[in-house]
Formats: sequence, structure tokens, C-alpha cells
Amino acid sequence: MARSTSGNGRARTARLRRVLGTPAGSSAAVLLGIVALLAIFAPILWSSDASAIDTSSILQGPSARHWVGTNGLGQDVFYQVLVASRLSVGLALAATGIGVACGLLLGTAPLIVGRRAGRFITSVINIAVAFPALLLALFFAIIFGIGAQGALLAIGFASAPAFARLVRTLSASVAGLDYIAAARIAGVSRFRLLTRHVLPNIGETLIVNATMAAGDALLSFAGLSFLGLGVQPPSYDWGQLLNNGLQGIYTRPAAAIAPGVAVVVAGLAFNLFGEALAAGLGVSPQNITAGVLGRLRGALAASAARAAAAEPPPSARTVPADSVLVVSNLEVAFPGGVHPVRGISFAVRRGEAVGVVGESGSGKSLTALAVSRLLERPARVSATEVTLLGRDVLAEAGRGRAAGAMSDRGLRRFLGTKAGLVFQDPMTSFNPVKRVGAQLAEVAAVHHGLSRRQAGARAVDRLRAVRIPRPEHRARQFPHELSGGMRQRAMIGMAVMGEPALVIADEPTTALDVTVQRQVLRLLKSIQADGDMALLFISHDITVVGQVCDRVLVMYAGKIVENLPVGQLTDASHPYTRALLAAVPSMETPRDRPLAVIPGRPADPANLPAGCAFAARCAFASDRCRAEDPPLVADLAGREVACWHVDAVLAGAPTAVAGAEALTADPESAGPAPISGEVA
Amino acid sequence: MSELRFEQVTVRYGTGRHAHIAADGVDLVVPSGHVVGLVGESGSGKSTLARAAVGLVAPTAGKILLDGKPVPRRGRRPLQMVFQDPYASLDPRMTAGESIAEAIGRGAVAGRSARREEATRLTDLVGLPPGTVDRFPGELSGGQRQRVALARALAGRPDVIIADEITSALDVSTQGAVLNLVRELQRELSLSMLFISHNLAVVRYVADYVAVMYQGRIVEHGPAERVLLEPEQPYTRQLLAAVPRPGTRIDVTADGGDDERAAAVT
Repeated sequence: MARSTSGNGRARTARLRRVLGTPAGSSAAVLLGIVALLAIFAPILWSSDASAIDTSSILQGPSARHWVGTNGLGQDVFYQVLVASRLSVGLALAATGIGVACGLLLGTAPLIVGRRAGRFITSVINIAVAFPALLLALFFAIIFGIGAQGALLAIGFASAPAFARLVRTLSASVAGLDYIAAARIAGVSRFRLLTRHVLPNIGETLIVNATMAAGDALLSFAGLSFLGLGVQPPSYDWGQLLNNGLQGIYTRPAAAIAPGVAVVVAGLAFNLFGEALAAGLGVSPQNITAGVLGRLRGALAASAARAAAAEPPPSARTVPADSVLVVSNLEVAFPGGVHPVRGISFAVRRGEAVGVVGESGSGKSLTALAVSRLLERPARVSATEVTLLGRDVLAEAGRGRAAGAMSDRGLRRFLGTKAGLVFQDPMTSFNPVKRVGAQLAEVAAVHHGLSRRQAGARAVDRLRAVRIPRPEHRARQFPHELSGGMRQRAMIGMAVMGEPALVIADEPTTALDVTVQRQVLRLLKSIQADGDMALLFISHDITVVGQVCDRVLVMYAGKIVENLPVGQLTDASHPYTRALLAAVPSMETPRDRPLAVIPGRPADPANLPAGCAFAARCAFASDRCRAEDPPLVADLAGREVACWHVDAVLAGAPTAVAGAEALTADPESAGPAPISGEVA
Repeated sequence: MSELRFEQVTVRYGTGRHAHIAADGVDLVVPSGHVVGLVGESGSGKSTLARAAVGLVAPTAGKILLDGKPVPRRGRRPLQMVFQDPYASLDPRMTAGESIAEAIGRGAVAGRSARREEATRLTDLVGLPPGTVDRFPGELSGGQRQRVALARALAGRPDVIIADEITSALDVSTQGAVLNLVRELQRELSLSMLFISHNLAVVRYVADYVAVMYQGRIVEHGPAERVLLEPEQPYTRQLLAAVPRPGTRIDVTADGGDDERAAAVT
């Protein structure tokens, strides 16, 4: 298959390197490697040494000849421990294999057999999981008879319910995804669905869990053999050696300790390697949803930090007359020389609504996160100035307290009360197991030192302020009981629990349909107007920004390319701004012509061209554009634009021109259509 | 060239006290070779109708007919669907080519290399660069993924395509390109199409007919021009008013009417 040469193949090796690159990962791998080598080679090399009977030296303690002594037949226990590694590890792996195989059969059966039988199988699994695995193992060991084979089956079957449950949970979550639905619609058989779509997508998690289960199986075998239910003489595994050694524990402890150490080391090797795999592959054992909520976690961490900080606000410093937020030369960098935000400067005045627009990857959301200090490692944020109400919010705790810098706690507390945040998906921004009202109240209780009752009243008041009907009732509900629009209102309510001077809203309506979008926009706008509150509104839809904001910052490839009042959008001077405007279909778009699109793909922040980043997609681009990056230049009216061809753009046709034919126009001629049809 | 017809289709989720009627006696016709735009807010039952048509949910009552006959659920699938989120609708572990090839009818194209060729032809048809067949979804942009999803839907040589909010997860700049493509393909292949969206500006651009759905029922249905220019139902008017218009400002002082209505819905 072409898979080995593919991106996925590359990604896989990269991930494997990540697993082995950590100290824990590499040492676990080395340990596991040693155990594996021993299991393969020890019986070949030392079998005769281990089985050599020497009646002249029976039951001896450790000596130079017999490192950990001898057993009742005068056999060397050290060699026996080494040789026993094959049987011990082999049995553990075989048992895990049985467990995984049964688990896969049982766990995937509900997908194959249809709904009713599937539900029955799921119930059976759930009941089986309720029994402790060791109890099951003992039960099966008695049924299957004493001996290595019986123990193997016993431990294998005993671990099956846990795997079945895991497979069932994982496959059920995968089976709910759209690509499975798409394959079903395409007529793909259930069996093929399972082998081609479900299993490959749950494989990693399963392997991680199987590795760790192998360690457990090893311990279980040692336990059964030690109890005399497992491996029977004359063959021996670690558990049996332990059993033998224990008889003389007071006189010759080494004979018991050696197999014990072997069990511990091998068990650790499996478990540590499993942990390292889990960490490196990004799956947490038993849980595949971890890592999905990266951004949310950032937000929650911040709100938790907000909640944790309960000191009174430090006294205010002099606030620049009119600006709520001042940002200058903000940069965000990721390791590997990727600069998604490249030195942007802007200010938001009191009560002003500023929109930030751009395509995905333009750096608009990162800007918002950086300003609210929600970016965590490995992102690096630097700026000559980021001040909220005159306070330096980028100050590192260690950078000293001079020049308005404050403690990290104080800073987060300050941000928590003076800046509110609204994210795209309110479902992931709320804690799903806490009542909406309680989540709002928490903010007030911590920040304003209100009593529980007062905080609750404030929460209800805020819910009413965001026009949620019957707020007392809604406050007692859980986030999932609210509709998407309701939740977004509640989120806005949370953002205005304090008396924020600035609300940062990152794509607050993108997940909502048009009717609800309008209600939420209206709400944001009215709260902003009533409270004399500044708004930083981030969106990819320039029409929506135009409806809500006073001023627009257009971002492309991490830079502001144009800054202008909303009212002047129709005569924007940057080709990109014009392209964005033309790309949104409206109720007036001519139906008989292709929609305007922006040709090509957004610039890749990891691989930016020299000169203007938009040049490759721009109908006006000249050699100068491809060589020199145009600076952001302000005109007399305060409008800013970064383009070498402003005059040509302004002289060119209005924004509504579109169509594939425009592509053929000479881009240098400042021809009729700055925005051209798509080259796919 | 086929006509898709919903007759009194009802879909109920759950039973007893927890029952929720997502579609309530829906009558709707997608005429052969035409595009019907289905609009309404989230939760109005649009997607339920789509899922019922392709057999992902079973209607509690009513019939879904293709050219007067029940939609076949075995063999060649004459109904194909394109999903909203191109990040969820492609298997991350299959190349674009494999995903498309999987949907090609076994009877139609036999042999591995022939299927691959067909997949390449389809990627070409949806305007993807050559070589896309060997790429994994992770290497493609949102717009490109949605094109792959379209190619997969076309691979089954369907008579009817159901497009469920196919542009709402895309950037505005990409949305236009995908809409252009959908319109071109529909005309070229004279497909019948049920185009679902909450964005009237988008529906207006592609649809010949518009059906408005509200609380599980079709409240208004007719030629696109008529419904969008002279809406009869207040709900349609409300939807129309909600479309953001360039150069307009959101009206803060507007009536709280629709807010109240939203409250009643939820």
C-alpha cells in the first residue's frame, strides 16, 4: 500500500520517535528489550546450566559458583530464573493475546449483529466487567484444570471482559462519526466497516492498553503458579520458582528474591512502556477523548486560576486617556521557526467595537489568546507592549515588578475581572457537570467576595441581562439542557459577571445558525453599548464584523494588512479586504455567475514567501510585491494599509466583480477585476 | 435523473415521555435534475430528514420514494450524502483515493487499478490537483477535504445527492469555491439535489426550489424566487431578516420578538 510513503507513515514514525525520545520512553524500551532478549535467548544459552543436577550441592545459599544458590536437586536457581523468562513472558503474552482476541470479538460484535443482539452483548460485557479479574482467573483456573494451559486460558478469559468493554466503548465512539455514516451510505458492508474503518482507528489505544495488560498478566501468572495452580514441575516459571524459593525463605532468601525481582522488572517494563506509548501517541489509557479539548483546557485553566486568586485588586495606575487595550509589536512563535503572528500593533478605545477578520491560519485567534494570556507552552508570546487599562499584562512573573508589572496571580485576577472571554463553542467552554448558575456564581463569589447567596443572585441577574428567559430556572440547569444559542448567551453572561472593560469574542456565532446568530450579535452589541465596554470581535465573516464593529483589522499571514472604519469597507484599499468582502454570498449576489473566491490557499505560517505574503493570490501583485513586504502605512484620516498598489486597487473595479474570466486578465494592468475566479 | 419524494415522513426519537418528534409528517419532492434548498434553524429537523433519506435513521411513519419506488438499501446506492464537517466525514487513516474507491460500486468498476483510475478521474472532476488520491485527510485543507467528500458521493454514480450544511464548516473564502463546484457538477451531471443549509444566501445561490422547515414541519415551499422575494410565512420572513447584509448594522433596539420565540422553542 502507498501508506509507507505517505504523510501518515511519516507521522507515525515521528510519533514513535516521540515515544522513544523521552527518558521514560527510552528506558522503558531498553528494559523491555532486555526482557525480550532474555525470553528469546536465555533458554538456548543456559538451558543445560539450569537443568544440570548436582546432588553434591543441594539447597545451597549464594556462592561464587551459584549466584543465588541452588534448589533441592542442586540446580542453579539464577540460571533457572533466566531460563524461566521465556515461559513467563510467553504465557503472559499469550494470555493477553487471548484476552484481546476475545475482547475484540465481543466488543465489535454489537456493530456486526444488529441493534437488539448488540444491546444484549453489551449488557453481557457490562455484567462480566463487574467481576474482579483475579476472581475470574481463579474461577477459570479451577474449571480448566491445574497446569500451564489451564492458567493460560484462565488469565486470558479473565482479562477478556475488560478488553471487550474497552473495544466496545472505543468502537461505539468511532462508529458514531460521519465517515462511518458515509461509508454505510456508500454501501460498505458491516464487516468491512469494522476492518477498514473502526479497527484502524482504535488500534493505537488498544495496543497501549494491551501492553499494560501484558504486565498485569505476568503478575497474575506468577500469582497462580505461586499458589500451585499454574505451571507444574518439571517446567517452571517465575511464580513457581518463587514458590520453591519461599520454602527456604529464612535460610536462603536469595532463591525467593531472584524470581521476585524478575517478575517486578518484567512487569515494570511492560507497564512503563505502555505509559510511554500512551503519552507519546496522545492516547490516555481507557480514554480516547483526552487531548481533544486543548483549547478549552486553556480557557478552563485560566478561569480556574482566576477562581484561585482571591486577593483584592491592586490599586490602579494611570490609565491612558482613552485606550482600553494597547498592543504593540505582538509576536507569537512556535518552536521550529513558525511565526503565526508577526509583529502586530493596534489599540482599542473605551467603548469601541473592533473586529479582527481573516481566513483560518491568519493568526486572528492566536492574537486574541495571546492578549488574554491564554497561550501556553510551546507558544512564545513577545511584544513591546500589551496593556489593558494601562497595566502590562504580558509581564512575566519573574521579570520584576517594575513598570507596572504585577504578580502572576494578581495579573490573572486583574484579567479575570477586567476582560471577559467568549469562545466559539459554548458547550466545551462550560463544565458539563456543573449547573450553569453555579458556574457563573463562582466567578462572582471569588472575585467580588460575594456570599453564595449574593453570587447566585448576581448570576441570575446576569442571565437576565443576556436576555435568557426565566433566568432563575435556567440557572439551575446543566449546560447540555440549554440550546446552542442559550449556551452562548450564558457564556456572554459569564464574561460580563465582573464589570469588564473589554470583552474578547472569538468566533462567537460561527457554530450558530443565522437566526440565533443575529440574536447573539444583537446581545453582544447592546451589552457593549450599554456598559460602555470595548469589544474585540474575531470572525472569518467580514459581513458579520461589519454589522457589529466600528473598526476592522484585516489580518493575513500573521500581520495586519488593513485597518479601517467599518463604514469605509466598500472602498477598502487592500486587495485582500476586497476579496474577503466579495467572497461572502449575500441576498443580492447574482445567481447566474460563479461566486467570487480567493484563488489559491492561505499562506503557510511555516513557509512564508519573501515579500508580501498575499502576492501569490493577488491580481495586483508585481515583482516588487514578491520581493519587499509592504509596511502598514497610515494615511491622514488614520486608516492603515499595507500594500504597494493602493492607488491601483482604488482605481480598479469595485469589489463585486468576480468570475473565472478575470483570471485571464493581466494582473499588472490593474484590470477590471481584482478578485478572480478560483484556480482549484 | 430521478425524483426523490418524501410522503408523510415522521421520525421520532426515543419513546414515551422522552419521545422527540424530529420530523412531523413531512411531504417534500425533489424534482428530477433540480435543486431543492431546505432551510431552517438548528433543531428544525433538516438533518433528520436527510439521514432518513439515506437510511441512517428509520422513519417512524411515512414513505421515502425514489421514482415512485422505495429507496433500495442493498446493492448500488442511488442516494448519496455529503456531510457538514469535512474533518469528521473522512477516515483519517485512509487516503483520499481509498475513501473514494470504497464508494465506487463493485459492479460498476472491477479491479484495483481501474478503481484507482476512477478515483483519480473523480478527484480531477471536483478540481483537486493530481496526486490527491495518495494524500491523507490530515494533509488537506478544509475545502479540499470537502471536495474529496463530494468526489466520494459522486463515486456511487448517484441519482440524488443530499448536501447537509456542506459549507458551514468552511471559511467564507473556501465556501464560494465549493458552492461554485456544487452548482457546476449539478448542472453537468443533471443531478437531483437536496441542499440543506441554515444560510439563506447560500441556498438562494444554488437552489431552484426552497422549502422552509420549522419544528419538524415544512412551513413553506415553492420556487426559490417566490419564497425568497415574496415569503408568505412570518417564519420565512424572520429567516430572511436574519441574513447578515453587507453594509448594514445590527439593530440593537429591534424588537425582542424573535428572542421570545427562541425561548419558546428551547
